[in-house]
Amino acid sequence: MDFLNAIVALANYVLIPGIAYGSQLALGALGVTLVYGILRFSNFAHGDTMALGAMSAVLITWLFQSWGISLGPLPTALLALPFAIVITIGLLLFTDRTVYKFYRVKKAKPVILVIVSLGITFIYNGVTRFIIGPNDQNFLDGERFIIKARTFKEMTGLREGLAFKTTQGITIVTAIVVVIALFWFLNKTRSGKSMRAYSDNEDLALLSGINPERVVMITWMIVAALATIAGVLYGLDKSYKPLTYFQLLLPIFASAIVGGLGSPVGAIAGGFVIAFSEVTVTYAWKKVLVYLMPENLEPSGLVQLLSTDYKFAVSFGILLIVLLVKPTGLFKGQSV
Amino acid sequence: MNETIKNTMLFGIVAGLIVIVGYMQNWSSALYIVQMGLVSAIMALGVNLQWGFAGLFNVGIMGFVALGGLAAVLVGMKPTPGAFEAGGWGVIGALLLGAGTIFATILLVKNLPKGRLRTLIVLAMLVTGFFVFRSLLDPSVSLIEKINPAQYGYLGGINPGDGKVGENYDLFVLLAWPLGGLFAAGAAWIIGKTALGLRSDYLAIATLGIAEIIIAILKHEDWLTRGVKNVIGIPRPVPYELTLQNNPDFVERAASLGFDPVDASTLWVKVLYIVLFLIVLLILLWMSQRALHSPWGRMLRAIRDNEVAAEAMGKDVTARHLQVFILGSAVCGIAGAMMTTLDSQLTPGTYVPLRFTFLIWVMVIVGGSGNNLGSVLGGFLIWFLWVQVEPMGLWLMEQITSGMADGSALKEHLIDSAAHMRLLTMGIVLLLVLRFSPRGLIPEK
Repeated sequence: MDFLNAIVALANYVLIPGIAYGSQLALGALGVTLVYGILRFSNFAHGDTMALGAMSAVLITWLFQSWGISLGPLPTALLALPFAIVITIGLLLFTDRTVYKFYRVKKAKPVILVIVSLGITFIYNGVTRFIIGPNDQNFLDGERFIIKARTFKEMTGLREGLAFKTTQGITIVTAIVVVIALFWFLNKTRSGKSMRAYSDNEDLALLSGINPERVVMITWMIVAALATIAGVLYGLDKSYKPLTYFQLLLPIFASAIVGGLGSPVGAIAGGFVIAFSEVTVTYAWKKVLVYLMPENLEPSGLVQLLSTDYKFAVSFGILLIVLLVKPTGLFKGQSV
Repeated sequence: MNETIKNTMLFGIVAGLIVIVGYMQNWSSALYIVQMGLVSAIMALGVNLQWGFAGLFNVGIMGFVALGGLAAVLVGMKPTPGAFEAGGWGVIGALLLGAGTIFATILLVKNLPKGRLRTLIVLAMLVTGFFVFRSLLDPSVSLIEKINPAQYGYLGGINPGDGKVGENYDLFVLLAWPLGGLFAAGAAWIIGKTALGLRSDYLAIATLGIAEIIIAILKHEDWLTRGVKNVIGIPRPVPYELTLQNNPDFVERAASLGFDPVDASTLWVKVLYIVLFLIVLLILLWMSQRALHSPWGRMLRAIRDNEVAAEAMGKDVTARHLQVFILGSAVCGIAGAMMTTLDSQLTPGTYVPLRFTFLIWVMVIVGGSGNNLGSVLGGFLIWFLWVQVEPMGLWLMEQITSGMADGSALKEHLIDSAAHMRLLTMGIVLLLVLRFSPRGLIPEK
């Protein structure tokens, strides 16, 4: 019984939140890694792209709610998602046409593009704050839980409850669907194959008649979709606040680098590595250990390795270790 | 047009703008712009050292600036009575032990043969080291934080002064400026050691991370900085306004110049700060100029323009990068300490990357990367814009909304949002300069 309780506590506080957070990071890191693979620069504006995409979803959700449209037990935001993606695609394509294209044609150094993306960060951030303000916004509706802690306790008779939030379920399912669709696209379709060819060897791809502008356009469209989905899922699961998306940049970049920049599989693996390290290192293990240890050995403290205030330090620590030990990442990325 | 004339004109225009603020608003805000312009110029000089000289991309300026602020607290404040006896040695011991563990691990990694055994030993060592570190640190920290939390609850600094804050000025706090530089240099060394020599983007991401972590430490380690409770009343290196107003000589002199004693004292204090800052700026500017024209500076630019060729000529690229990265960060640390001295308080909550990292980048790029004078100009100009765009934006919004009905939701929203205009403006300024005049206002020669 104690062992079961320990497992339930572990699932409740570590596994489920870790998987949900990992999916969000993986989607974010996929966007970063695609931009890196095709356009060959680290896109610092990705966090704020997520914020802007999520903001469009928030606004459309509010509009739907005012019209009385809802998805029943599911959050209305899911219905708003496709529209938000279209808006974000438009925004990114516009940004590419007006800003990035100039430097691409000039074959500017990647670091210049990084600075340009900083400028874009500024602008996106300003636009987001201008439209929706810097504060927390709530756009979650529908059923809050798939399994409630109390129902679970009554059902199983265990002392520990297991809560499974709707948003966590949606995050995991959406992430799986998106990743399958993305890999199908990259591996099976003509456009996906031309993207991979372009990423592997630009000159060869050009020689075989691949239109670079088309590849770039498709990349931005996919990145916009990924960023919006990641942003909305994160906003639903935690809460929507523009500044937090900028702070997500660090774990997202860490995920992409740990997995190997430019490698989509790596981005997903990296997302889960970072998420689980963050959750396990900042979780107070007492609750689990109480069930596993004999009574006289029960820990007196919280058995928390680091306070949650330092969750950035975890992604950063892993990032440093990877840079020192294996700068190409777990799955061989493009960079050294 | 001759270059000197053009540069003088550009500086003249910025000076003119500030004078206009003095006439239109008041001289106190004009002098404040000059003060912060000087601090910004120093930060921009530091970033220019890294970016302009060597092409290193540092997105963690905020962290280095905040470390300078920490130095101002540690030097400026008096030690908290009893704190050191309670837990000071425990904390220092724990920190030394933590550093020792990492050092020993590095030695082990270097000396043991590669293999599973080494990995196991290293892991075991790090894990034990971490737990011993925590078991030493935690009790000492809670002892320190228990001492009169409403007023202290932290270790305090090392200032031996009389502690009559608000009456006498205290030159001891000036020591914080070089110390802030040292702190920043230390952090830069750690980052540089790991991230330099890899792709240029990696340094950017690593610096982004270290900045977030430094701010997290300042916010949450109450024993060190009181965290979000802020440290206030850091002694000033210049006289206090009240002391001046009580000084009959000063009042008499002010009156003879036709000034009200209150106004005169505020202005005089600001002028004194400006003199101090100007001295630091001139020293650093002179040093940067010498560095730029020295063989070392030429080597750095050669590396920046063609790393492969420089390496083939026998230059140690990574070592030079590390050097200049540390130097530039140290300059940012000095500026951070100066800023905290100016504010007389450390408020970790106010350190946000948009203000302390990206704004400095806009200064460097707009001023002219690779040119020290350009950085100084950019520092003043962009700080001026940063301060003035908000009232301008508000005015603009009021013009736009003047036709709308009072109390309409859109009007209120637009006027409330005017405060966010400056982010947008800075972003647009950065992009426009990068696109149409990538070499900046005063280009590199």
